[in-house]
Amino acid sequence: MNASDKHFQASCWTGACHVDDILPNTGVCALVNGEHVAIFRVGQDQFYGIENIDPITGASVLSRGLIGSLGDHIVVASPLYKHHFDLRTGQCLEDSALSVRAYAVEVREGRVGVLTA
Amino acid sequence: MKIVVVGHGMVGHKFLESLAEAGVQGADVTVLCEEPRPAYDRVHLSAYFSGQTAEDLSLVEEGFFERTGFKLRLAARAAHIERRTNTVTTVDGQQFNYDKLILATGSNAFVPPVPGRDRPNCFVYRTIEDLDAMKAAGAKAKSGVVVGGGLLGLECAKALRDMGLDTHVVEFAPRLMAVQVDEGGGRILRSKIEELGVHVHTSRSTVEIVDGAEHRHRMVFADGSYLETDMIVFSAGIRPRDELARQCLLAVGARGGVAIDSHCRTSDHHVYAVGECASWNDQTFGLVAPGYDMARVAAKHIAGDTNAAFAGADMSTKLKLMGVDVASIGDAHGKTPHSRSFQYVDEVKQIYKKIVVSSDGKQLLGAVLVGHADEYGTLLQMALNGITLPADPEFLILPSSDGKAKPGLGPDALPDSAQICSCNSVSKGQICAAVSEQKVCTIAEMKACTKAGATCGGCVPLVTQIMKSEMKKQGMAVNNHICEHFPYSRQELFHLVRVGEIKSFDDLLTKHGKGLGCDICKPASASIFASVWNEFVLKKELASLQDSNDYYLGNIQKDGTYSVVPRMAGGEVTPDGLIAVGQVAKKYGLYTKVTGGQRVDLFGARVEQLPLIWEELIAAGFESGHAYGKSLRTVKSCVGSTWCRYGVDDSVGLAVELENRYKGLRAPHKIKFGVSGCTRECAEAQGKDVGVIATEKGWNLYVCGNGGMKPRHAELIASDLTKADLIKLIDRFLMFYVRTADRLQRTSTWRDNLEGGLDYLKEVLLADKLGIAAELEAQMQHVVNTYQCEWKTAVTNPEVRKRFRSFVNSDAKDERIVFVKERGQIRPARAEEREHASPDATTAS
Repeated sequence: MNASDKHFQASCWTGACHVDDILPNTGVCALVNGEHVAIFRVGQDQFYGIENIDPITGASVLSRGLIGSLGDHIVVASPLYKHHFDLRTGQCLEDSALSVRAYAVEVREGRVGVLTA
Repeated sequence: MKIVVVGHGMVGHKFLESLAEAGVQGADVTVLCEEPRPAYDRVHLSAYFSGQTAEDLSLVEEGFFERTGFKLRLAARAAHIERRTNTVTTVDGQQFNYDKLILATGSNAFVPPVPGRDRPNCFVYRTIEDLDAMKAAGAKAKSGVVVGGGLLGLECAKALRDMGLDTHVVEFAPRLMAVQVDEGGGRILRSKIEELGVHVHTSRSTVEIVDGAEHRHRMVFADGSYLETDMIVFSAGIRPRDELARQCLLAVGARGGVAIDSHCRTSDHHVYAVGECASWNDQTFGLVAPGYDMARVAAKHIAGDTNAAFAGADMSTKLKLMGVDVASIGDAHGKTPHSRSFQYVDEVKQIYKKIVVSSDGKQLLGAVLVGHADEYGTLLQMALNGITLPADPEFLILPSSDGKAKPGLGPDALPDSAQICSCNSVSKGQICAAVSEQKVCTIAEMKACTKAGATCGGCVPLVTQIMKSEMKKQGMAVNNHICEHFPYSRQELFHLVRVGEIKSFDDLLTKHGKGLGCDICKPASASIFASVWNEFVLKKELASLQDSNDYYLGNIQKDGTYSVVPRMAGGEVTPDGLIAVGQVAKKYGLYTKVTGGQRVDLFGARVEQLPLIWEELIAAGFESGHAYGKSLRTVKSCVGSTWCRYGVDDSVGLAVELENRYKGLRAPHKIKFGVSGCTRECAEAQGKDVGVIATEKGWNLYVCGNGGMKPRHAELIASDLTKADLIKLIDRFLMFYVRTADRLQRTSTWRDNLEGGLDYLKEVLLADKLGIAAELEAQMQHVVNTYQCEWKTAVTNPEVRKRFRSFVNSDAKDERIVFVKERGQIRPARAEEREHASPDATTAS
């Protein structure tokens, strides 16, 4: 299931922060209904969201990784073991069994928010 | 089959390796080794004086004896062979039966029968024990004489000079290296060596050694003159050790040595002889390559290959003696009837080159190269393969004046059977196969895979040429691109940044890269920017390039918390400092542990606590310890002369100074230093990237060591330096490493991949061969001048400070961080412990 599917099912937008609270090409972690969501700002105005929990250690850290591109994928590298997660789909490029959930992220009036059911 | 091998030197061990490879059914192998240690590299013995240990010189692959089941007995000299009962007896009476016996007893150093040669402080240059004795004597000596100006004698002279002695070479013949080099070459060689501060005395025959007036010995020569010195090393030739063969009545050669046939069998077909102790066609061989050949032949023959044969050896050599290139090929003296020579002499640059060609001008018979020996590979192949010379062969050795490429041999002109590495018998075909079948594409891999270049190193340039040519043919790009975003190596990228004055990643990407970048090129670029411009790493334009650890200025642990390491330069800390660190740890409920780098590590900090912890540490006078960066970590120190009864100099003071100078430097990988105040070496400086050891006259500098997965000894690069010169040299060394190494390459690997290794480093850093020394020093001074404590800058910058939050939209604590207690301190809870942990188990504040 990817972010765009989520969009249609979502019924709730939770604002997390101001756009400028996220330095371009970095990520932050938002607490949304008890879930840890990593929100990434790629370039000036592209936003993505995936689960913040690293699937191997259970540590809540993926937002702290380096953003980049690998082939056609826009990815973040987990700071712990450098697994690469596709920011659009949450897929783990090294091992799809380690994939994480993806979230739809939307900017409304200068604020970045996460769409949840 | 019971096989007994007498002798475990270089050739003895090569025989064992070849035997293991050949695979003999049911072989029961015993090796009797006279020395107290297994086979070691006697060719590179002089490295023992520049930091290599006996273990470093060992030729035995780890686990070799366990794997093969061969039995090695050390300090077990064979004393007697009884051929009627096929037994060998050692000095302590142990008996061994054999079906096949291999003699690999090597040579003795020849000492001319001069009265006084047995005086104390007279040595030979053959075993590690000899070298230990020389080291001990050298420590108390001011001067030393080497008797013998051949290959080994000149190596030995280098060793004495490295020990800081006033060194002399005394040679019986009218010139040095009389066997390999002719008169013209000998003249140039002598003047180059004298330039290095070694005194050369030729045509000197020593008649006796007596007490000296000002020094321990006086050597009296046949012409009545004399030379006084504190120690003497005899390196006047070698004699094969054939005493066992004579004892059991095996045939010996006309000039000594155990006589062998082409299968390396002695006059008794159950007994083989290989290496320096053997005599083939009345010839003995003092180089290791023919010895290795014999070892391979003997092993194959024992394994049943009746065609395995030794057919003599090419005695061509190329070496670097005291920094001077010397090479000799084939008939260097032009003894072949009707041969003619071309000679090129440059007395200003001190270069001598001669080629000897056949009377019809078509074949290369021999050559001598002194001072510059780049053509060695080409000329050797021409001589060995009978390749027809070009029409004007003089151009092979003349310098090119019109910019045209010299008539060389592309690797393509060589047949596949051409032997490129003679020490290990590796052909061009084998090198190409390693590339095409095993995708070998670096020299380090090629050495490991085929052993080409792994012994004396003389063939490395040609091996590299062949490897690259084959890689091209296979369509393998000679690719050291850093990643898919930049078609450059780290060194090239460094150059582009520096020369183009690029300060941002966007700029770098636009001008030289593609895509968005990634977790490889972003931190690499960040490191390059830091080394060149040294701006605050968390500045807006640079923050997003940093590896997570650098972004948070701490070391991330498995649960998402961070460890905090304040700097304690030289391992020194005041009582108040310790108390402050302790109080911070207590206040924030952190786990404390002392590191190998002689400082304190604090664990369990949540990301939002970091700026608060730093503020308190900064208030107590601490700075960031950069434990999180690919940067200088620590300078380890011993107690030193301030307190220690053995200390020769103030190691702690120097360690503190060095750590404060280089803190904050970012590099391709982490850098660790050590400073020891005397030779007891309590700071383990020889296991560090930069190691400093105090001497009576100053400081010795060692470089390119490391601990970790593959521990590696540092090598001596300069001795008895003043502090000012030491710092200059370290400045140059570090900046050269920073500029040219690959991403994540430790100094040891970098040095191994530099063509010319340590010698090249010396040329660049000491002799300033590339003319960049001043530039390197200026660059380092810039880094030193622009140092700032990153923690301080971070806590005083509100924009940076606000990034330190677990959640962007909440002050709640990350509930996934759970601690339990162990040995009175916290640690992260394991998965199964989490479920049962109480809420109070998380940190206090």
